[in-house]
Amino acid sequence: MEETTATSIKVSTPRRTKRIQISSLLASAPMAIVAIGVFVVCVGYSVMLSFTKSRLFPNFNWVGLDQYERLWGTSRWVVSVENLFLYGILFIAFCLVSGFFMAVFLDQKVRFESGFRTLFLYPYAMSLVVTGLVWQWMMEPSLGVQNVIQRMGWESFEFAPLVDPQYALYGVLIAAVWQSSGLVMALMLAGLRGIDGEIWKAARVDGIPTWRTYLFIVLPMMRPVMITSVVLLAVGVVRVYDLIVAQTGGGPGMSTEMPAKFVIDHITARGNVGLGMAAATMMLLPVLLVIGPWIYREYVRPTKH
Amino acid sequence: MEQIQLTGPHGPKPKKTTVSRLGVYLFLFSAAVFFCIPLYVMLITSLKGMPEIRLGELFALPGDPSFAAWVKAWGEACSGVECNGIQTGFWNSVKITIPSVAISIILGSINGYALSFWRFKGSNVLFGLLLFGAFVPFQVVIFPLIIFLREVGLYGSLTGIILIHTIFGMPIMTLLFRNYFSSLPDELFKAARVDGANFWQIFFQIMMPLSIPVTVVAVILQTTGIWNDYLLGLIFAGRENLPMTVQLNNIVATTFGVREYNVNMAATILTALVPLAIYLLSGKYFVRGIAAGAVKG
Repeated sequence: MEETTATSIKVSTPRRTKRIQISSLLASAPMAIVAIGVFVVCVGYSVMLSFTKSRLFPNFNWVGLDQYERLWGTSRWVVSVENLFLYGILFIAFCLVSGFFMAVFLDQKVRFESGFRTLFLYPYAMSLVVTGLVWQWMMEPSLGVQNVIQRMGWESFEFAPLVDPQYALYGVLIAAVWQSSGLVMALMLAGLRGIDGEIWKAARVDGIPTWRTYLFIVLPMMRPVMITSVVLLAVGVVRVYDLIVAQTGGGPGMSTEMPAKFVIDHITARGNVGLGMAAATMMLLPVLLVIGPWIYREYVRPTKH
Repeated sequence: MEQIQLTGPHGPKPKKTTVSRLGVYLFLFSAAVFFCIPLYVMLITSLKGMPEIRLGELFALPGDPSFAAWVKAWGEACSGVECNGIQTGFWNSVKITIPSVAISIILGSINGYALSFWRFKGSNVLFGLLLFGAFVPFQVVIFPLIIFLREVGLYGSLTGIILIHTIFGMPIMTLLFRNYFSSLPDELFKAARVDGANFWQIFFQIMMPLSIPVTVVAVILQTTGIWNDYLLGLIFAGRENLPMTVQLNNIVATTFGVREYNVNMAATILTALVPLAIYLLSGKYFVRGIAAGAVKG
């Protein structure tokens, strides 16, 4: 495309071509500055600092992999990583399953469909701070949901996960699933609507029950939607910070600590940049390994328009 | 498991098995209740007085609904030692959000346009890097950005936080506009070139008017995203410009003696109001914005 237009312009006004090229480069300058300046140089700088003894301010006393050794010897970090895995896997699984069910049920030609959709998705418009604070209030042991149910006569009912180190992470999980499962619902519903109607006719002719059609025919066809959902959810998982700060502050104890919070705490209040950057680099690694090849394959390599 | 009799959306009218229909509605209603409860609790708590809250009837409607807690949350609630309510945060968020949204959309649309029609050597690589930026955890770039902004004297300023939001908004905005412009027919661009239109003429006269729908999506996406941001505001905005989310968390975390749950919940609603209003008003554009992030061009 570019070649043909370039030559056709060149025939008429060769000078203009040059000016046009320059303005296109000029227009791309902010993008180039951000792409290289932030997402290459800053990332590189962070990784570099992880090999130094930097405390409150950056310095360049190289210590090799010492910070990484310390990092993996720090129980708070190890707990954070374990929390992240448990939380991440459950969060993605619950969101996918509940999102899929909501989409399928909404797809049954129900009345008030748009009303239901609006209700299922509105939490996603709210900030995670708001989400965390509301659920923190509802999970309050003496005035919250637990108290209401106990007063109704179910004395042994327990729903105060945030004060119990063993269950605090699940308290956060409930809030997070509440906030995000509507997202999966919206994506899946769009996916369901895109499926060829002939599939349903064929399945009916063959006498396949609807639930089996959904499970074994429709679900596999929705693979791209699933991947999209998982990617979006996973990005949210790695970044989880606001929700934790608002709902639990990382406690009780270290029971809801997360890597994202570990890094922020170490570059701010704790003034241990070297260790914080080692942790940040560990967070970057999985993203780089998963997303890097995908971006290269999808966007960088193909040169055809 | 009763819904097995139901047919899919494109088939002929479903044979109405009442039991399975009931199951479907039962599921949908219970899900709706689950999603509504927090909003309901937030609302009624904010309309109650503290004595009523201490009764422990979380779900009971307020006996004597009053907006006193809202007034206090807006104008008098304390965060730390300052007791000016959440209004400062509200106006700070307005001051942060409007320019950040505008600038990131302008830059994103120019980027997307350049990437779709004016490819140059290395533009794919640039875009790949930018896209990588959409997935990078903030934690990896925050510290160098703090250092950089400190060097140029913008750390903890309004300009600084706007710059930061522009940077972090750029990947997704560029992707959104690139995908949109790539879907337009090439002939449109070629015809304009043959007529002698230059880079900016084509952008302003042809592409911008065509990109109104995607711009609406972009505005919704960026406004809710930036309004809801906590981390970046906390770190980069500085004490004078803390956004509403940060102030909200400070207000709730500030405990002088009694915790005023009604005021906390009123402040929480006030913070959620702007994105909630956008969501309710924007309808399908909001959903499109969600999908835009991951749809490949």
